Amino acid sequence: MTKPNRRDMFKVGAAAGASMIAASARAAGAPSAPPADNAWSNSLGHGVDSRPYGQPSRFEKNVVRRYIPWLSPTRDADASFTPLQDQPGIITSNGLFFERYHSGRPTINPDQYRLMISGLVRKPLLLTLNDLMRFPSVSHIHFIECPANGATEWPAAQVNSLQLTHGMIGCSVWTGVKLSTLLDEVGVAPDARWIVASGSDGAHMDRSLPLWKCLDDCIIAYGQNGEALRPEQGYPVRLVVPGWQGNVNIKWLRQIEVSKIPAITREETSEYSELLPSGEALGFTWVMDAKSVITFPCPEKPLQGGPGFYEIRGFAWSGRGKVKRVDVSVDGGKTYRPAKLDDPVLSKCLTRFTFPWQWDGKPALIQSRVTDETGYVQPTIVQKHKFWGNDPIYENNSIQTWQILANGKVNNVQLS
Amino acid sequence: MSSFLNRLFGAAVLIGVGAHGALAAPPFKPAPIPATDLSTWNAEASDFGKHPVKKPLHVPGFYKIGTAPTPAQITGWTITVYPNGVGLPPGQGTVAQGEKIYGQNCAMCHGTFAEGKNGYPQLVGGVGSLKSATQTKTMGSYWPFANTVWDYINRAMPFYAPHTLKPDQVYALTAYLLNMNGIVHSSFVANAQSLADVKMPDRNGWNWKDPRPATHNIACMSNCARSGTPKITSNAVTMNLTPHLTGPVDHMKNGK
Repeated sequence: MTKPNRRDMFKVGAAAGASMIAASARAAGAPSAPPADNAWSNSLGHGVDSRPYGQPSRFEKNVVRRYIPWLSPTRDADASFTPLQDQPGIITSNGLFFERYHSGRPTINPDQYRLMISGLVRKPLLLTLNDLMRFPSVSHIHFIECPANGATEWPAAQVNSLQLTHGMIGCSVWTGVKLSTLLDEVGVAPDARWIVASGSDGAHMDRSLPLWKCLDDCIIAYGQNGEALRPEQGYPVRLVVPGWQGNVNIKWLRQIEVSKIPAITREETSEYSELLPSGEALGFTWVMDAKSVITFPCPEKPLQGGPGFYEIRGFAWSGRGKVKRVDVSVDGGKTYRPAKLDDPVLSKCLTRFTFPWQWDGKPALIQSRVTDETGYVQPTIVQKHKFWGNDPIYENNSIQTWQILANGKVNNVQLS
Repeated sequence: MSSFLNRLFGAAVLIGVGAHGALAAPPFKPAPIPATDLSTWNAEASDFGKHPVKKPLHVPGFYKIGTAPTPAQITGWTITVYPNGVGLPPGQGTVAQGEKIYGQNCAMCHGTFAEGKNGYPQLVGGVGSLKSATQTKTMGSYWPFANTVWDYINRAMPFYAPHTLKPDQVYALTAYLLNMNGIVHSSFVANAQSLADVKMPDRNGWNWKDPRPATHNIACMSNCARSGTPKITSNAVTMNLTPHLTGPVDHMKNGK
């Protein structure tokens, strides 16, 4: 079986296409292996610019954003999830970065785009996209995570998937203008304390942000990973608020209004607030607490190949700064050993970790646990329930347990 | 700084009363914000003193890029209504008018009685439920300020045609929904002043200061499980809630 068999050769001849060889060999289950050449080595490949905008290999067609159909009545106000099980490094591909819409995704002609900065300022400003791009710029790598990431897993392990339990996060190189640069340019009034950032989607999505954060590290971004922002991410311009919950990173940004008080919008009352079991409501829980998850193995990526060496891999992150350490357990949290952090380790950014594992082929319960530079340690779901109640929506940063079965399959479980 | 205040807060006063020449109406008076909320909001703005406001690097207009928006441009895009009612435009609407508009524009999603339908949000009920085991969050039971009702209907509703209702229609819908929630009388007429003065049931239920970190795990390395061998309490594979994770995107149309 080192070369295509007679039947396959005949098929190729009939199709008169050398590129068919690989496909038909695969269809017949014939391995292409040394010492023979593979079929693609005996033919001329495609020319440059045969695909002016590159695409993943067609064999990667399973690697797509997916959503949970029972979460929302309409796709216009829904979320789709990043396939973290297929993300090798810390950067999320632009085509796979999770989506969250409140009123669908608008189509914006950049020539008609305007950004207004108004309110309690000396010189209100109206900028075109070209105007915005003339200002001094920065380029930083940050994650953006929806606070509802893991929401389905609050009451119990419910969805048997890494993508659908942890995929409302993405990490990109964001390029744009620091918000502080623009606030300096308009001259913020001494009694200003807040901004209200608004998008131009149908929801006119708006959130209030305290001035200190705006002057600290927020970016008015137009670039994402080496190209313009994707429409899914706010083309042509979005706000990036490093380390804070996704929805404050207003997409399709059209206005920054400087004010004395927050607006108490619907998105910071009914939508992205926390109602505790005591009846107390928490209005502003912006920062995403530290979290980690093992991305291999996981329900989508079981152990294939029996007992032996496997590298456990995953991501860790914190909205409060850098990841300090990640510890991995293979016995359900009874003992932990430190994982290796892969460079770069950046603030408010995904950090990759690895952990060498000799699997003995027996059932196991594997976990990762991050500690960030503030000393905060990722909690268990049992610890989370004590403060937040059993079925809130947001802020589920609990330790994830994957159950490894003897056959290598992986299930999402929760432990007492 | 009074000129800055006028630009935002004063302007709304002028628009609110002057534009339609409602000479008989008393001038709009922003509602007082509870002092505890206000002091927390002020403290939040500097991260409770951890981040004193930075000095600007340049004088305003240093780069000379862009243009100054016209007052009409600013007014057109500035639709935010603040919790003290600042930003509410002139106009008014009654509960009866709101009922009619609701039936035509809202009931198909939110239900005839605003009870929520097909997964779309319930708008009525739940007052007094927030401390119970069956917390029901609606604008009536949960939202701390009435401005949010007007602001959100105005900016984002109806879902299929956002920001197309006229201010009078938004006032009427606001009046109707507040009445359905038992917060105002059926004779209530919503306008800038009356809305600013509405006291929502859960106004004092809100903590604006983030209490986190609220969990305190320790980075234990051995003998970590307190009660021996950890027990599996739930397993997602038994839940039958997971869409297919390979092949085309699964819409779970069959059987779910």
